[in-house]
Amino acid sequence: MTETQPQKMPADFGFGPDEELLRDSARKFLDQEMPVEKLRRLVAEDPDAVYTRGEAPAWDEKLWKQMVELGWTGLAVPESAGGVGFRSVGVAALVEEVGRHALPSPLLSTLASSYVLREALTGEPSPAAAWLGRIADGAAASLAITNARGSWEPGESGVIAEAEPGGDGLRLHGSAHFVQDAGKAELFVVHAIRDDGSYLCVVPADSPGLVVRPDHIHDLTRDQATLVFDDVPVTNDQVVSREGAAALARAWPALLVLVAADLCGSSEWQLQTTVEYARTRKQFDRPIGFFQAVKHPLSDGMVMIDRARSLLYHAACCIDSGSNEAETAARMAKSAASDAGAYLSDRSVQLHGGIGFTWECDVHLFFKRSLHNQALYGDAVHHRRKLADLLIGPI
Amino acid sequence: MADAQLTAEQADFQEYAERWLAENAPPPPPERLPISAIEVMTTGQRDYLQAWQYRCWEAGLVGCDYPREVGGGGHEGFQRIANQAMAGARTPLLINIVGLQMAAPTILVHGTDEQKRKFIPGALSGEEIWCQGFSEPGAGSDMANQQTLAVRDGDDWVVNGHKVWTSLGHFAKWMILIARTSKHHKYDGLTYFLAPIEGTPGVTVRPLVKITGESGFNEVLFEDARVPDANRLDEVGKGWTVAMTTLTYERGAAESAGGGGSSQAHPTQRLIDLAKSSWRDGRSAADDPVTRDAIVQMAIVGEGIRQNGRRARVPALTEHPMRIPLQSKLLVSEFAQDVARLGVDIAGAHSTLYKLDPSAPDAGHWPLAYMGSYGHTIAAGTNEIQRNIIGERVLGLPKSK
Ligand SMILES: Cc1cc2nc3c(=O)[nH]c(=O)nc-3n(C[C@H](O)[C@H](O)[C@H](O)COP(=O)(O)OP(=O)(O)OC[C@H]3O[C@@H](n4cnc5c(N)ncnc54)[C@H](O)[C@@H]3O)c2cc1C
Repeated sequence: MTETQPQKMPADFGFGPDEELLRDSARKFLDQEMPVEKLRRLVAEDPDAVYTRGEAPAWDEKLWKQMVELGWTGLAVPESAGGVGFRSVGVAALVEEVGRHALPSPLLSTLASSYVLREALTGEPSPAAAWLGRIADGAAASLAITNARGSWEPGESGVIAEAEPGGDGLRLHGSAHFVQDAGKAELFVVHAIRDDGSYLCVVPADSPGLVVRPDHIHDLTRDQATLVFDDVPVTNDQVVSREGAAALARAWPALLVLVAADLCGSSEWQLQTTVEYARTRKQFDRPIGFFQAVKHPLSDGMVMIDRARSLLYHAACCIDSGSNEAETAARMAKSAASDAGAYLSDRSVQLHGGIGFTWECDVHLFFKRSLHNQALYGDAVHHRRKLADLLIGPI
Repeated sequence: MADAQLTAEQADFQEYAERWLAENAPPPPPERLPISAIEVMTTGQRDYLQAWQYRCWEAGLVGCDYPREVGGGGHEGFQRIANQAMAGARTPLLINIVGLQMAAPTILVHGTDEQKRKFIPGALSGEEIWCQGFSEPGAGSDMANQQTLAVRDGDDWVVNGHKVWTSLGHFAKWMILIARTSKHHKYDGLTYFLAPIEGTPGVTVRPLVKITGESGFNEVLFEDARVPDANRLDEVGKGWTVAMTTLTYERGAAESAGGGGSSQAHPTQRLIDLAKSSWRDGRSAADDPVTRDAIVQMAIVGEGIRQNGRRARVPALTEHPMRIPLQSKLLVSEFAQDVARLGVDIAGAHSTLYKLDPSAPDAGHWPLAYMGSYGHTIAAGTNEIQRNIIGERVLGLPKSK
């Protein structure tokens, strides 16, 4: 994918029968395997479990095995490395379904890791290929690329690489933060800085010297951790790129598409659930959806979701076509999806009234997942600032 | 862009349209042209724009998808291509907007063959300008509350009543008119007519002055005016149904075989240019983070509208067929308003200047465009009504009436 020739962009975003089939079968599968009642029982049986006692948020490992068997972990792995090499528009559609079900799983972090490793497949036989093959075979992975400041700049990292004294390979020190679904990952794609450049290394979760320290987070549908590297040895086979920042920057649009898609899916769930409530809940002898203070925000919410979705598929299509507009399109999509997520989250709680304020009501599960995603990889304002540089020029 | 997946015939037509427009650029206008067709004020503007529409129609860029018998090109899927080409070439607007986007498509659906042959060609060529007589002082959002009466008298109907906000009425030969033919039923008591206006006894067109100080729309008084029964569209008492067809086309919810079109990406570039030549707190407005963020918000909405239009034609990516089309009037009008408002803000102290002041930036465009934008958020069903429609028809929320 690195050196794709720019192509003409297809009018239908390149969303064909294969993409539709994957999306529809994923929807059916998740409707069956993770209906919201099951999600609630799985992650929100007891409010004290995660929040007070600090237990790891629950997930369904058996379901993950099924997803692996369905081939979902290989979707973003190129065929040359043993994957399916599915188009980004198809992956976006799948992830929308995942968001619509607020599914706890390492799927997003694994797809994100594949996108980054894919950018490391340059030139000669690259060690990235073998790692991508393991992902396609079902190894869950996650990106360890963010420093303690929560910076989303591809050039920054809290991990320092040093040359292995008197030999090949590297030693890693420091820490990586806000690592998604780290508790579920077998492999971490780590961005490490050295004075001669920046490196991408694949580090197995059980490496000596690596400590995975879980963060205490709000979202009940994922986990997050800080990784502490205390002299972690990395062999040359694990060093997949010596131009890590550039690879990350190239993969960035695809990462933004993933989170934007999850946001679009969860926002649509919030919209439909709130609409259903507005059609059935009666006050003043009418369904509350009759009142325009309820009806109009729901119409506005739909408009925001549709804007974000249209921008999402445009961005995915730009990535698939190798267009140089991919960055602009992806930042627009993430910005619009974050805004839609924030608006739908807000209205979904408010328009449910008192019940919406309770633990018992499902809306909080999606509210928290959305809130997490709004910040992940940069919020709406962050991307607009980047877009201003692209569209208006730097200050 | 997005011009893959055209048939060979359509691709040829696209090439032809682009070439024709490049080779046949219109002469410079004799005076400043309005931003939209409903703002055409002077006969100078009218003559110029009418001549342009005629040339486009002759060249086959207007009415392409209408049958040949009614002055169309007899093609399929050509109009959208022509519209894109015209928007891309930044050609002048097509003046006969009511004729093209409301009257002609409605007549095609509900008219007799004779009516189609009589009325559609002039609407497409722009030789016969149309206006819309739906609104009355007491019938705005509640459009069925029509008080204009039509009483049958031999082969004619005798019409008495008062229409308001009639865009282009001062130039119109014809009006699509709804009138009450029965006082017993609110909805089923309405009938739809193709009423003669220009030079018709008993019809008075009086200009109304708009918020901008310009004229543009009118009130139309009917005092014992006669409309032949041959000009009745569809059955007596079916006026509401016919009017709904018109509104569907008017709100852009259906792809009308009209013409002209505006580009959404372009306004953002104008804002950027304005910011680069404006000052804020002693530095370029283009370097002000708040202004930059506001411009980018507009860029995102503009691109979103463009991509909505693309996605609306991909059934696998639209959950409900009307979900995107029904948003378009709301989106486009509010986008135009927000862009214009932002232009006013960026222009700062210079936004106070009227278009005739030589220091007014962009010839006074921004404040006039901002004020003018309310025409579009109010007309064609106010945006509050649009939010009702979206909530009710797409989301299935309870009806307001
Ligand atoms: C520039 C311009 C050009 C026009 N051209 C034409 C034309 O050529 N032909 C023609 O027939 N008409 C034309 N109109 C008229 C236009 O269709 C009406 O103005 C419009 O339908 C609103 O009606 P009204 O002005 O009576 O406002 P009202 O209906 O009185 O509305 C006043 C306010 O109340 C709100 N409101 C009313 N009902 C509801 C409700 N149920 N829920 C929520 N809010 C509500 C409205 O949104 C609005 O904000 C034009 C209008 C403009 C501004």
